[in-house]
Parts: sequence; C-alpha cells; structure tokens
Amino acid sequence: MKIVVPVKLIPDLVDELTIDATGAALDTTWLRLIINEFDDHAIEQAIILKERSGGHVTVISPNVEGVEDMLFTASAKGADKLVKLNGNFDGSVNNHALARGLLPLVQELQPDLVLVGVQAHNDMDGTLGALLAEYLHVPYVGYVSGVSVTSNQAIIRKEYPGGLVAEIEIALPAVLGIQASEQPPRYVAISKVRQMMKTVSIDEYEIPVFETHGGATVSRMYQPEVAEKATMISGDVDETANKLIDIFKEIGVL
Amino acid sequence: MNQDIFVTIEYLRGTVADISYVMLSAAHELAQFTGGKVIAVLLGLNAKNLADDFAADEILYIDHASLAEFTSQAYQFVLAEVINNHNPRAVLFGHTSIGTDVANCLSARLDVPLVSSVRKFTPDGKFISQIFGGKLMAEGDLPEPLVIVTVVPGGYKPEAGKASQPAHVTMVEAPTLEDMRVTLKNYIEPEAGDVDISKEPILISIGRGIQNQDNIILAEELAQALGGVVCASRPVVDQGWLPTSRLVGKSGKAVKPKVYLALGISGAPEHVEAITGSDVIIAINTDPVAPIFSLAKYGTTADLFDLVPLLTEKVQQAKGS
Repeated sequence: MKIVVPVKLIPDLVDELTIDATGAALDTTWLRLIINEFDDHAIEQAIILKERSGGHVTVISPNVEGVEDMLFTASAKGADKLVKLNGNFDGSVNNHALARGLLPLVQELQPDLVLVGVQAHNDMDGTLGALLAEYLHVPYVGYVSGVSVTSNQAIIRKEYPGGLVAEIEIALPAVLGIQASEQPPRYVAISKVRQMMKTVSIDEYEIPVFETHGGATVSRMYQPEVAEKATMISGDVDETANKLIDIFKEIGVL
Repeated sequence: MNQDIFVTIEYLRGTVADISYVMLSAAHELAQFTGGKVIAVLLGLNAKNLADDFAADEILYIDHASLAEFTSQAYQFVLAEVINNHNPRAVLFGHTSIGTDVANCLSARLDVPLVSSVRKFTPDGKFISQIFGGKLMAEGDLPEPLVIVTVVPGGYKPEAGKASQPAHVTMVEAPTLEDMRVTLKNYIEPEAGDVDISKEPILISIGRGIQNQDNIILAEELAQALGGVVCASRPVVDQGWLPTSRLVGKSGKAVKPKVYLALGISGAPEHVEAITGSDVIIAINTDPVAPIFSLAKYGTTADLFDLVPLLTEKVQQAKGS
C-alpha cells in the first residue's frame, strides 16, 4: 500500500505573532516554523498502517525553514521517501495553490491513501486534504482518528461532537483528514535523526508557478479586540494563591 | 446570480446542531447587506420537521434515502447541484466535522472561493476570520460573485437563529445518488467514562502547558482538595494521558461548571467553544496574550508549577479550618 503524507510547517503559536507593515499579513521575519501537529499525527498514522500491513510512505513538504529536520525525523520514524517542494513560498501560497501544486506529484506517486492533518491554524481557504482530494477526483473524509485498510477500501473512525464516532467505509484511493493517530506520535532520538541525515536523501520537486485563486484577499489582520478581558491577578505566587482562595469562596466552591 | 445567503443545516441523529442556528443568525446579518433572502438548505430522509424553528425566509428540503445520515460524498453531490441551480451570493457551512468535509470539496469542485473560520460579518459585508488558534483575526471583502464560507461559533448567538413560526418549505428533487464511495457503517457511542464532565460543577482542566503525564498529579491533587474532577484539552488526550471521556472541546464534551480552572490552556477556538457555558473561568497561563484570557473572568500569568501546589495546600487548609 502506498501512502502519501503532505505536511505543512506553520508558525509556532508559543511565539508572539506580529503584523507586518502592510497591516494585512503576519510578519514572518523572526517567525519560527514547526510541523502542523495534525500532520504529525498523519505521519504517525501512516507509519502505524505500514507497520501493521506493509507499505511505502512518502512525506512531502514545502522547502521552507525547518523542512529538512522535519523530513529526516519522519524518516527516522519509518517514512520511506522524502520530498521537498521547491517554489516561491511567500505569504500568497494558500491551500488551493498548494493543493494544485502538489497534484502532479501526488498523481505520479499513485497512492492508495493520502493522509493529511485535518486542519492547520493558518488555514484561511479551507483545508489542504479536502482540496487535494477533489483535484485528484477521489473521496475525502476528515476528522479521522482511526484507519484500518482491507484490499481496496478503508474502514475509518470519524469524530463528531460529544465523543460520538462514525464508522465509515471509504473506497480507495482516498484522502483522509487526520484528527489524531491511533497512538500518540512517537518520539525518536536525535541520534537516529542525525543518522538519517547521513544516510537518506531528500528528493526535490519544482513548483514553478502557484495558482492562488480560491481564497479571499485579507485587507486587515489584527489581534482580537477583547470586549471583556480577564481581571488579572497580580502579586507573587503566595498572594495570587490567596486571591484565588478568596475567589473560590466568593463563587461558593470553597 | 442573486443575493441570497444559503445556510447548510447540520444535524446528527435528529438533533439540529447549534452551529446551524449560529449560521442562520450570521446569514441574517449578511443578507441585510446583500439585500437577499436567508435560505436554509436541509438534506435528509423524512426530516422536514427539523426545519420548524429555523429563522429563514425559505427552506429548501431535499429528501432521499441516501441522505438519512450524513456522508460527505452524498452531501457534496446534492449541494453542488443546489448551488449550481440557485446561484446564491454565499453558502454557509459549519466549520465542523460535517461542514468542512463538504465545503472544502465543493470549493475545489465548483471552483468557488472559500473563506474559512469566519466568526462575524461586518455591517458592510466583510468577513472576520479567526486564525492562528484564535490569536489573530483577518478581515476582508467576500470574493464575488459567489463564495463558500465556513463559520465558527462565538460571533452570533444560536437563539437569534430560531423562529417561533415555521418558514415555507420548498421540496427540491435530489440528483441521482449512486455508486457512493463513502458509506456510513454505524455509530460508536462515546465511552461512558467514570465521570460525566458535562455535569460536574468544579473542573480543573489541563492543556499542553502541563508538559508531561507525571505533572497531572498536580491537577488531580487540586481537584481532590476542591471536590472537583480533572478534564483536558485535545493535546493531553491525544497523548493518551487522560481518556477521551475527559476531553473538553469540539470532538469532546461541552461543559458548564460553576468554575472552570484552566491550567496551561491557550484557548484554541476548538476548546473555547465548549467552555462558554461555564459560570466562572479562571485561567492560569504564562503567556499573557493567550486567547483564554479574553474569555476568562480571572487570570494569572503565574507559573502553574509554582502556583498549583501552593493553591492545593491553601484549599486544604481552608477546608480544614
């Protein structure tokens, strides 16, 4: 079974996000990029499927800062083929553009399954997986947290609110939007990643032009205007704890 | 093209999702700007009565055996045809497990632009999207002449999407639905779990900031002292540190405790939408711009690893006295 996992590297939300001089986009000067955590789960799910019933896993990602570390880490986990996409990945590359750019490569790889993180926090024009599925003319289901494959179909677990799960049969090839892998993404030692850097090569694939239509133009980006902000408790830890005790008493839980 | 706003109704097993009413409410604001009507689009089998309380000018109802339960592919086929035949100005979907499966594929299939995570429309018809985990908002004009929008909760009250009088229902014939490649086998009920967090009055909730499984004991000790229970946001449950029955958020439970103490939770939209029913939210997070502080009544940037053990001690003392 051939599995393809397209991965996005996105801003780390732990860092402060600032707006650039245009007032309509994120300032990317000092931005640290990390793997979209749902994509990390998609890689894990692909490796789980490979371990369970054999297969070949290809991980693909735009050639932006951090791509090699991410790809070698995927390799250390068990990915067989690594591809970085070369192109002008400026702020205008939305998911529609990325899906169109990925299309010829994914078609060439002829996967039975494409696993993609169900969403990324920088999605503004839909999710990559669903768009790619439609361009590939194959079915898509998102919010998936379990996959088992039998010959030409997969039985998947789709999550709904309240903890309800639907068991769905989907004909292959298909694209699945992964919410969570069946096991948490595995940890790999840095030494193993370093070993991959020495022994594994990364293929490159050119995307000469991005067609970006399919999203909206942003005219203004800003931090949310807070109508009511929390009353912040000041003081040292002891004072803070005392104030919280007072609050607990006031609301009647103590 | 007309100026009507379509709302794709979401429901599961006979219960209309709150997001459907949120979208109806949002659609009214947008329709005031476009000058069109608000039209609810309902798909199902013998489900017409679900539309009785929709605040809409008209309801389009498509009845078909293949629509008895939601599947992405059948919904896409039907809605592609409805959109092509009616040419509305905008089609709203929930930014949910149901809505995004359909909306995203339709955008690619019909070559219609899509704007995701929209929280509000401005009176002059602009969208405001919530991105980067709720840390930033993006505003812009809705692409012309037709746009697909996925809506997140928080910008409109569901009550405003409800009406006391049923609107006129127009039956629409379904297209041929054969050779479906996505079929529902069955539903798996949620794990019962040892406690039902949606009914607990005191919740100590942990997020990514708890760092590792060994630290959960800190939250458990505080919960025990206060007589509450521990629950969590998605990253904690995905790591397998707590069972799914303790998950608060989009795929987990919505909660409404007297007090919700959020430890190391940033307040991503998927989590926030499930805690708005809480009486008092108290947030402990070292990031002063964490979105959780815009929802919490009280907040502190103290380090939870310093604060929580001390707080537990003081609760125990207060209870002992």
